[in-house]
Amino acid sequence: MKVWPSIGQMRWGWFLLGAAIILVWPAFFDTHTPTILLVWALFALSLGLMWGYAGLLSFGHTAYFGLGAYVYAIAVVNIGESTVPLLLAILIPAIVAAIIGAMMFYGRISDVYMGVITLVVSLILFKFMSATAGDKYAIGDARLGGFNGIPGFPVLNVPGLPDVSLFGVPMYYVAAVALLGCYLICRWILARSFGRVLVGIRENEGRCELLGYSVPAYKTAIFSISAAMAGLAGCLFANWAEIVTPSVFSLRSAAEVIIWVIVGGLGTLVGPILGAIVLGMLKLLLSEQTVIDNSLILGFILVVVVLAIPRGVVPALQYWFGRRARIRTQRSAHTRARRRVAAPVRPS
Amino acid sequence: MDYAAVVILEILYMISFIALVSAGLAVVFGMMRVINLAHGEFVMLGGYTTLACQRAGIDLWFSMLVIAPIVVGLVGLIVERLVIRFLYGRMIDTMLATWGLSLLLIGIVTLIFGSSAVNVPTPIPGYQLGAYQMGGYNLFIIGVTIALYIGMWLVLRYTRLGLIARGAMQSADVASSLGYNPRTVYMVTFTIGAALSGFAGGVLAPLTGLLPASGGGYIAQSFIAVITGGSGAVISGTLTSSVLFGTISQIVSFASGPVLGDIVMLALAIVLLRLMPTGISGRFLRNSQ
Repeated sequence: MKVWPSIGQMRWGWFLLGAAIILVWPAFFDTHTPTILLVWALFALSLGLMWGYAGLLSFGHTAYFGLGAYVYAIAVVNIGESTVPLLLAILIPAIVAAIIGAMMFYGRISDVYMGVITLVVSLILFKFMSATAGDKYAIGDARLGGFNGIPGFPVLNVPGLPDVSLFGVPMYYVAAVALLGCYLICRWILARSFGRVLVGIRENEGRCELLGYSVPAYKTAIFSISAAMAGLAGCLFANWAEIVTPSVFSLRSAAEVIIWVIVGGLGTLVGPILGAIVLGMLKLLLSEQTVIDNSLILGFILVVVVLAIPRGVVPALQYWFGRRARIRTQRSAHTRARRRVAAPVRPS
Repeated sequence: MDYAAVVILEILYMISFIALVSAGLAVVFGMMRVINLAHGEFVMLGGYTTLACQRAGIDLWFSMLVIAPIVVGLVGLIVERLVIRFLYGRMIDTMLATWGLSLLLIGIVTLIFGSSAVNVPTPIPGYQLGAYQMGGYNLFIIGVTIALYIGMWLVLRYTRLGLIARGAMQSADVASSLGYNPRTVYMVTFTIGAALSGFAGGVLAPLTGLLPASGGGYIAQSFIAVITGGSGAVISGTLTSSVLFGTISQIVSFASGPVLGDIVMLALAIVLLRLMPTGISGRFLRNSQ
């Protein structure tokens, strides 16, 4: 039985602390690796919003991440200035997800079939993009390049100034602001009635329907929002890697983000972020050695987490601390009650 | 004329390929409603078992037809005991855990056999069909698949084991009240499903070549064949969807290249799932096996 944690509140203290650490980081340490960790965290956040709060698991969420990356690369090669490509990289995944989501949710497809369809979508993109080698496959000036992908496109620049490119520390700040901004957007969505209805749908779909909410519309909307964030993450990834290859659509990438989210914790926003940062770091460290294969560790973690802590690490910790706090309050309440009972016994 | 024969043989081969690869997954999904995302890796393990046996000097036929199913069946048994049995009734969690398992198996195989592609020799030589050179082994695959499905049908229809399996499938409660522990039935079913996947992997190994990650190539096809086939009728549902997908993907491949064939097949699967959320067998084949 899965016990979902409550919707959670904005804890401004923790948020400001986290934001301060992220923003001060470049003053002391290198930013190359932390940039990609923040991008992965944003990607995990996008899936965590939809899976943890609306109960919708997209098995192939990497499709929208990859779409964001490809759309940015293709658009920026054609346009040159990066503002419009950035917006397109958010918009197009959102539109694609809205179409696929509407098809699934208005068709009342169950969650397992939703898993299959979303996974198949990313497989289609993987197969297609891997096969686009040669001059025949080009969009405008951008050659899709098949398995080798699209290399060497212009990176993000300051809006309106095509010559001022953002890389290195400025790129880190772009990723940081994107992550913090999306976190705030997620919190805002969840605090509004829209978010409450989503949680309601997660808990009891039929009841929400009977209360007059259009469940498919809500599901489609959150799927689209989540895909937009994934697209933004994909666009930032493309800028960090400076190349886009079909491997962004692979089964491996699809699995990775799910592992980050489920290990970090469902039904929290900070869980997926921390999961992505910690496991992303682990992945980078593991890829530096060749003794143990990376997938072995990832697979092992996923199996153990599903079996032992299906809610994820952060909710399990919250539950544990919450229970200790509850026991403490119960205990003190108990003593107080005893005193109260004890007091009137003594006749005056 | 020759060309028509070639096209028909290729279509038959594609249908057999999908049906063969899907058999194990179909049994597990049909009987237990468990979607095993490590299915592709079971197929891959069957291939590597064949390779290891062949390298050890064991007869190729014996290793692919006998040893591969037994070894992968045992792996399936271990997996069921260690992981799957804790997750019955939790479909999404099962999918996640088996996905983890698939990564784990890829990692283990990479550790043992390395990550480069290897080949198992083809035991049947090719033959000449008019102007075309054909693989003789493809004919063997078609034959094996037909034999396998006839065998599965006979077992389900005429043996006591098949009766219990069908009973447990229709109503686990009734089967259990008649004295058949559903847990045991599930354990045996999962083992048989894994053995079937291992069999498919062993038989296909000479044709496809082996990579630790090659399971991913099987999972898409078998997945959509089984899910589109539906859980109502294991054999006829899977066969119907194999015929459908095999024919269409091969015709598109002949018309415009293999990649588009795969893509059309996957896109068709999405459309079919949208139109028939319970699968083909949930809609048309309710009273068959």
